[in-house]
Amino acid sequence: MSPPVIVQERSALRRIAALIRKETYQVFRDPSSIAIGIVMPLLLLVLFGYGLNLDVKNVPVALVMEDASSDARGAASGFELSPSFDAVTVKTMAEAERLLLGGTVKAIVRIPPDFARRVALGSAEIQVIVHGADANTARISLGYAQGAIASWLAREAARGRILAPASVSIENRLWFNEANESTYFLVPGLIVLVMTLIGALLTTLVVAREWERGTFEALFVTPVRSIEVLVGKTIPYFVLGLLGLALSVIGGLVLFGVPLRGSLLVLTGVSVLYLLVALGIGLVISSATKSQFLASQICLVVTFLPAVMLSGFMFDLRSMPWVVQLITYVFPARYFVSLLQTLFLAGNVWSVILPNAAVLAAMATFLMALAVRLTRKRIG
Amino acid sequence: MIETLFRIAALMRKELRVILKDPRSRIALILPPILQCLIFGYAATYDLNNVPYALVDHDRSAASRAFVARLDGSRIFTRVATFEQTGLAAAYLEDKRAALIVVISRDFERNLNAGKTASVQVIADGRNSNTAGIAQGYVSAIAAAFSQEWRAAHGLAAETVRVTTRAWYNPSLETRWNMIPALIGTITMLMTMMLTAMSVAREREEGTFDQLLVAPFRPAEIMVGKAVPSMLVGIVQSSLIFLVALFWFRIPFAGSYAVLYLGLVFFLAASIGIGLFLSSIAATMQQAMILTFVLLMPFMLLSGLMAPAENMPVVLQYFTMINPLYYAISIARRVYLEGAGLEQLLPDMLALVAIAAVTLPFAAWLFRNRLT
Repeated sequence: MSPPVIVQERSALRRIAALIRKETYQVFRDPSSIAIGIVMPLLLLVLFGYGLNLDVKNVPVALVMEDASSDARGAASGFELSPSFDAVTVKTMAEAERLLLGGTVKAIVRIPPDFARRVALGSAEIQVIVHGADANTARISLGYAQGAIASWLAREAARGRILAPASVSIENRLWFNEANESTYFLVPGLIVLVMTLIGALLTTLVVAREWERGTFEALFVTPVRSIEVLVGKTIPYFVLGLLGLALSVIGGLVLFGVPLRGSLLVLTGVSVLYLLVALGIGLVISSATKSQFLASQICLVVTFLPAVMLSGFMFDLRSMPWVVQLITYVFPARYFVSLLQTLFLAGNVWSVILPNAAVLAAMATFLMALAVRLTRKRIG
Repeated sequence: MIETLFRIAALMRKELRVILKDPRSRIALILPPILQCLIFGYAATYDLNNVPYALVDHDRSAASRAFVARLDGSRIFTRVATFEQTGLAAAYLEDKRAALIVVISRDFERNLNAGKTASVQVIADGRNSNTAGIAQGYVSAIAAAFSQEWRAAHGLAAETVRVTTRAWYNPSLETRWNMIPALIGTITMLMTMMLTAMSVAREREEGTFDQLLVAPFRPAEIMVGKAVPSMLVGIVQSSLIFLVALFWFRIPFAGSYAVLYLGLVFFLAASIGIGLFLSSIAATMQQAMILTFVLLMPFMLLSGLMAPAENMPVVLQYFTMINPLYYAISIARRVYLEGAGLEQLLPDMLALVAIAAVTLPFAAWLFRNRLT
């Protein structure tokens, strides 16, 4: 006679609770779990917030003054007064070239000998040479150089001397991030990295170690069912992941003043989905490889690097070749980045939230089902 | 002396076997660097080539149509919708169907013909303010070209001051040229540091490290025996990435192979030193791996790979002084794109040698003297 269903369920819960207790002890006794759950989010927050600055400010430039006229000095003042540049004046082009090659300056602004005369004639030229090795800064600096000249022309116009400006002026505005702070999009990206590392890397290592040492097989001879093993194993790391999430969100809001324009509830919901996906990937990789070395290498390639490179967090997805774009759809990070950037900066835009969350939910279901299949009680 | 060499050779043979024995590990060492370089080479670029935008044309004149034609003809911008009012276009920006809204003011043509400044408003999606800034820069460049052409075609005087621009070493300002040489260092460092970090920790976890310590090996010999195989793997991996850069992405190599490889050897020595050091303080493979990751993240983020190191606050710039990847990326870019020689790169090379000279002996000392 089989025992009543309720008793079965209660003993299942007891077994899961015991496994969670064992795993939690392991988390607390191993300083490296604490390192990844608490130290890493804080470290990343500081690094992203203060270290990774994509705003181009104070670009060092060499001003080559080949003309000493007041017009030349006026144009030069456009660069000296601009907050985008940090200008040093040099006499000759050769000197400026040496500074550019040595890496002391990133650009050369050359005001040619006949500048004042050409201004009087109505067609003067200023040469801007940038160091192409850092193409991003170079391109942004070129735009600022136009602005520096425009500001000089505007000052001249204010003094009643009209020099023909460019015909079309572009007035730039930035929605969702009016102050143009790169921390605003870096903090959501940081949460993706933290969740990926806790969810995928840590579970990968922990579970692969159990396979490697044979303690997983040892569990098989106990009355614990494989689904109970999975639940018991993942819950402590799930909690650790939520702790990392809370630290990053609070840090981003308090330290860097990143706005949270969507609802906290939706943010938590989609983060739980992503965490489940990451845990699922970790479980599948470790059960498939059963080796810590191999599992961590694969984990690096399929979770961490795509989260940095193929998620839209740093690099624009739409500009990638279509083959690479197709690849980005396979990795969960792109959906989560899209969700986080929207929830933090734009608000509850359901036309973004629902499709992305649906994909994450489908991925989580698929990976968990696959993990259960792979951890069936079999000795291989 | 001869015995030392024999012992080191024996240890190296054993280490290489551990790494290469498993066919899956062999594949894991060769395939990922190539695939990563291919995929990230295409992905890791700040160049934009497909920017969907929504147009709000209040003017609907010949001039505004000419301006829009220039945007559409640029092969960078794709118009996804045209509206009468800005409010209607907002939804496109909100759900990411468009990255920009271009608003042409009502008096665009009138101002142009009167020789006044006509204005165009460009509203960008600030959820990634970096991409947004670049896209706005592209619009500015197109507007400048349009201005000049319009003035010439309509008999207006040219602008008083024109800014002409040139970029050295990377004439078309492709960020890919900048990224791929940097990937040589980044991918190799990720893989070799993980490999070395595992090496001692694995033996400690399995208990074979104690056997190694009671065998007639000096710590320095163990250190060399563990460092050299990782270095060989690293050299092979970086060469593979280098080949992809040369023959797939066809980025011209301006420098000397000898200087590049000298830099790589020093860089690998420094990274392996750090990896071995982490491996010897860790008690388990899990700890070694997590320590490595916690350190790799700042190494990657503060290396100049994604954002120039000069923009960082001074405190963090001190950290870059002990970051081997910072020097490696600087060396790789300068040798690759500028053809820099040994004398220009000497400070970077010496810094790498210094990191290796501290971490490798320290790791060897830790083999025996680690507190348990």
